[in-house]
Amino acid sequence: MNRVRAIFLAPAAAIALTTLVVPLFIVLAYAFLTRGAYGGVEMPVTVENLTRLWDSLYGAIFLRSIWIAGLSTAICLLLGFPLALFIARSGPRRNLYMSLVVLPFWTSFLIRTYAWMFLLRDTGLINTALQAAGIIHQPLPLLYNDGAVILGLVYGYLPFTVLPLYSALEKLDPSLLEAAADLGARPFTALMRVTIPLCAPGIRAGAILVFIPCLGTYLTSDLLGGSKTVLIGNVVQEQFTAARDWPFGAAASLALMAFAIALMFVLKRKGEEML
Amino acid sequence: MKRGLAIYAVLAYAFLHIPLLILAVFSVNSSKLSVWEGFSFKWYSALFQDRDLMEAAANSLIIAVGATIFATALGTLAAYALWKRESAWFSGTLYLSLVTPEIITGVSLLALFQWTFRFLHLQLGMHTVILAHTGFSLAYVVVVVIARLRGFDPALEEAAMDLGATQTQAFQRVTLPFLYPAIAAAALLAFTVSIDDYVITSLVAGVDSQTLPMVIYGLARRGVSPMLNAVSTVIVVILGAGVLISERLRSA
Repeated sequence: MNRVRAIFLAPAAAIALTTLVVPLFIVLAYAFLTRGAYGGVEMPVTVENLTRLWDSLYGAIFLRSIWIAGLSTAICLLLGFPLALFIARSGPRRNLYMSLVVLPFWTSFLIRTYAWMFLLRDTGLINTALQAAGIIHQPLPLLYNDGAVILGLVYGYLPFTVLPLYSALEKLDPSLLEAAADLGARPFTALMRVTIPLCAPGIRAGAILVFIPCLGTYLTSDLLGGSKTVLIGNVVQEQFTAARDWPFGAAASLALMAFAIALMFVLKRKGEEML
Repeated sequence: MKRGLAIYAVLAYAFLHIPLLILAVFSVNSSKLSVWEGFSFKWYSALFQDRDLMEAAANSLIIAVGATIFATALGTLAAYALWKRESAWFSGTLYLSLVTPEIITGVSLLALFQWTFRFLHLQLGMHTVILAHTGFSLAYVVVVVIARLRGFDPALEEAAMDLGATQTQAFQRVTLPFLYPAIAAAALLAFTVSIDDYVITSLVAGVDSQTLPMVIYGLARRGVSPMLNAVSTVIVVILGAGVLISERLRSA
């Protein structure tokens, strides 16, 4: 029995080790090495890459990434909660409504980001329509700024908040709300003092699931933020490709991972499922 | 309050779906501009004549099929093993994959491949992309198959073994058939995440293994084009159908 289990688990474990665990350790080690002459890494061991992260330029990029990810996460939770509440209260149609949330989520993040480029650019649909209506005469600078990046992140990750919020709301016993009403609570009071506090695990899971990919985002900031919105994900990508400074890219990755794992520990409670 | 929620939900669904619908509408617009001119399929025929795009689509298909086969087979076996007895180590790794931003998975794989190439005479190419995709789709397969196994009665396997089946035969003839819908759903999901990935793929692909998202990304960075709207529509329709079928199979 145990032998069968071991044989069944071994290949997947080997893949998980080689494609996730080992590479992360290599990057961890690279953060403490010196940049090689032709890319790659060389000896000696140094902490210079990590100290460089704290200089004003990269420190500012880090803070800005945290700000943009935090704001996007907050907006996702605010927009996702009423939608999850609507789905949880819609009886037999729940599954259909849930599919309508999940469907765009699985259909290509890249294409959904491109859709916003199409809408927001200077000659895009929104500017063209506003100009044709005579409301504006010059195109509005909608694309290539922080606002466009936040919009793209919210659009991309909104389903990630609806899923855990919905599963928390679905478990909520309706008799608790009846009890609150019997005791004189108005629907809004019941929402604030019963529904939302009981939904806390869903809120925490949604926050983790959205904040982490937003913090590491690279595609959204590159396509919708242009060269103006450089985030930590873009720094990592740049260092590993064009700049060929792997140790510094590794140091930035390390800082990003450390932040993500610390956040997990703060928000995750024992025995709580994420999805 | 109920009415307010319903109105809000309509707006939220509009926000989620209308941008893609607009993309689809403008893919059959004969004008290059964001002004409706007339109905035309010319961007679709341009699409199928674009050699880079077609080659990239073929690469993407090969990679996705390869990664799907590996991830589904290994993930199903692992799910079965984990269902028998949990492994803290393995679920820890699944959590790790959840909290690792894609860009970091990508650069760390690049670092791993470049390091092993010091010892092996290999280069970045289709094989490295397939390995990377197998790695990140595995978690999806395990999650989907384990969810189905939770509804499986272990007594059925025990009964088979009481009647003389070996452990492996019981798995093959009793458990596996029960899992078929979940396995199909998991495979479709793995295929979807593989064919869609840009961030990790762009870091571990070689010069001869450009994928469809990589070509799309390159074109999108240079600007909007009606041909991009057309290729996007094709992908969204195919992936959307895959996801809907996958959802059906999972709830079956």
